[in-house]
Amino acid sequence: MFIVNSPVVETLQVHENIFIQKIHSPEIASIIKPGQFLNVRVSVNSFPLLRRPFSICDVNGENIFLMFNILGEGTKILAKKQKGDLIDILGPLGNGFNLEGEYKNAIIVAGGLGSAPFPLVTRIIKNSKNILSLVGGRSTQDIITYGMQNVQVSTDDGSQGFNGNVVQLLEKHLANIDNKTTKVFACGPNAMLRALKDFCIKNNLDCEVSTESAMACGFGICQGCPIESTTNDDKYLLVCKDGPVFNVKDVVI
Amino acid sequence: MSNIDLSVNIGSLKLRNPIMLASGTVGYGNEISEFSDLNKLGAIVTKSLSLKPRKGNPPQRIVETPAGMLNAIGLANVGVDVFLKEKIPFLKQFDVPLICNIAASSVEEYVECTRNLTSEETIKAFEINVSCPNVKEGGLQFGNDVNAVANVTAKVRAVTNKPLIIKLSPNVSYISEFAKVVKDEGGDAVSAINTLVGTSFNIFTKKPKIFNVNGGLSGPAIKPIALAKVLEISRKVDIPIIGIGGIMNWQDVVEFMIVGASAVQIGTLNFIDPTAPEKIIKQLEDYCIASNVEKLSNLTASYIL
Repeated sequence: MFIVNSPVVETLQVHENIFIQKIHSPEIASIIKPGQFLNVRVSVNSFPLLRRPFSICDVNGENIFLMFNILGEGTKILAKKQKGDLIDILGPLGNGFNLEGEYKNAIIVAGGLGSAPFPLVTRIIKNSKNILSLVGGRSTQDIITYGMQNVQVSTDDGSQGFNGNVVQLLEKHLANIDNKTTKVFACGPNAMLRALKDFCIKNNLDCEVSTESAMACGFGICQGCPIESTTNDDKYLLVCKDGPVFNVKDVVI
Repeated sequence: MSNIDLSVNIGSLKLRNPIMLASGTVGYGNEISEFSDLNKLGAIVTKSLSLKPRKGNPPQRIVETPAGMLNAIGLANVGVDVFLKEKIPFLKQFDVPLICNIAASSVEEYVECTRNLTSEETIKAFEINVSCPNVKEGGLQFGNDVNAVANVTAKVRAVTNKPLIIKLSPNVSYISEFAKVVKDEGGDAVSAINTLVGTSFNIFTKKPKIFNVNGGLSGPAIKPIALAKVLEISRKVDIPIIGIGGIMNWQDVVEFMIVGASAVQIGTLNFIDPTAPEKIIKQLEDYCIASNVEKLSNLTASYIL
């Protein structure tokens, strides 16, 4: 991990309130793994003060891609960055998805902006695994399928695709899932991850989830991002350093 | 090589420069050593250590606020025994004064922690975090009670010959009264200030954003308060002061020294730019050259009122 100042190549608005920023950062691009994240300082001033964590969305050659929505002042500033503007990036941080292994089928489960890490995951495994991507949201404007393959959509209000949540959509596929050859990769709101955890444990499915937390530093010194471990009651894990990707069995969500 | 002397003294503790890394913002040194050459720093202060390991508070522990942040980590730490066994070997390899910060829930625990650590030669000084609830006295913080601070200082003083620094709480009316009892009871220095009590609520759920409800406010938002507290101590009590509170650059360091600080601690900035402390040391040297300051410590309490 290190700090680099990397220039923006372009900022694209790909969806209502969803932006993808392409940044020329050969240093990061050459080593970052899917599911890892970057802590970005959007301003040299004291407002906003802290860095913003973003999971790596995609890597292509020497360019990296971040996906974000405008949630507050930090992302508002970031979305306005133009070609050539420098972005102060600390990373790569945390542990990513373990994409290696004997499994043949990958099921990607994404809720809302939880789609962010999956373009890179898809790029890496598309030639070696069968991918089914299940993308959920409250309504059609929350559905982000950028960079994903073989996508099925669910919405809580039925405005697009399956009417229900994304775990219910996964349940519909249960009869066709062989848990010995399948691995689930997920990212999304905690309520979704909790339901997914129950489902995967009940059906003995191997599942890795990317979690999120408020944090300050992103590399273990602030201790601001605890997550409860299922195996050790005496100590919290840290989302930034021990995660953000965990086997779903290892953490209390 | 310039002839600028950046060194400072905190009682008998001699530092090569006044830049220390604050407790709770440097862990036990290993993460920050990936960004920064620890040997260039004045000193590092460990995360608060308690006698037994502490799990700390459930999430959410931190929230950003205008020009600052609130934290309620809950003193999560590995405990004195694990620190000595697993963290000291790593820290030993560096030539940087190590200051152990101690947190406790009773006077006896402060004493026992210090006693267990004081024979470890890697540890060059102690900093006592008195912003902890005194469990035996109904949970009121030691740091808000001048008699409790006096008592902790005296009792810890009795079990160590190493420099003893008391980290003062700003959540009091007259911080100089606390600095005075530290001096009277044999403390070598005070660090000022610890974080200010604050909170933040979600206006839609009407719930606090931090699990603990209250958190400690740090960052540039608190710098003017910290400067005023350092100045107050400097004018009233003859004791070395380590200035802390929202330092973001070398100018802030100079400002703290002018109002009375002998050294400073950098805290929240480490989360944002862990390379900053090393850069600030270089910039302080440049400042001294440009301003004809031969000895940086001459700045301490050089205020003109």
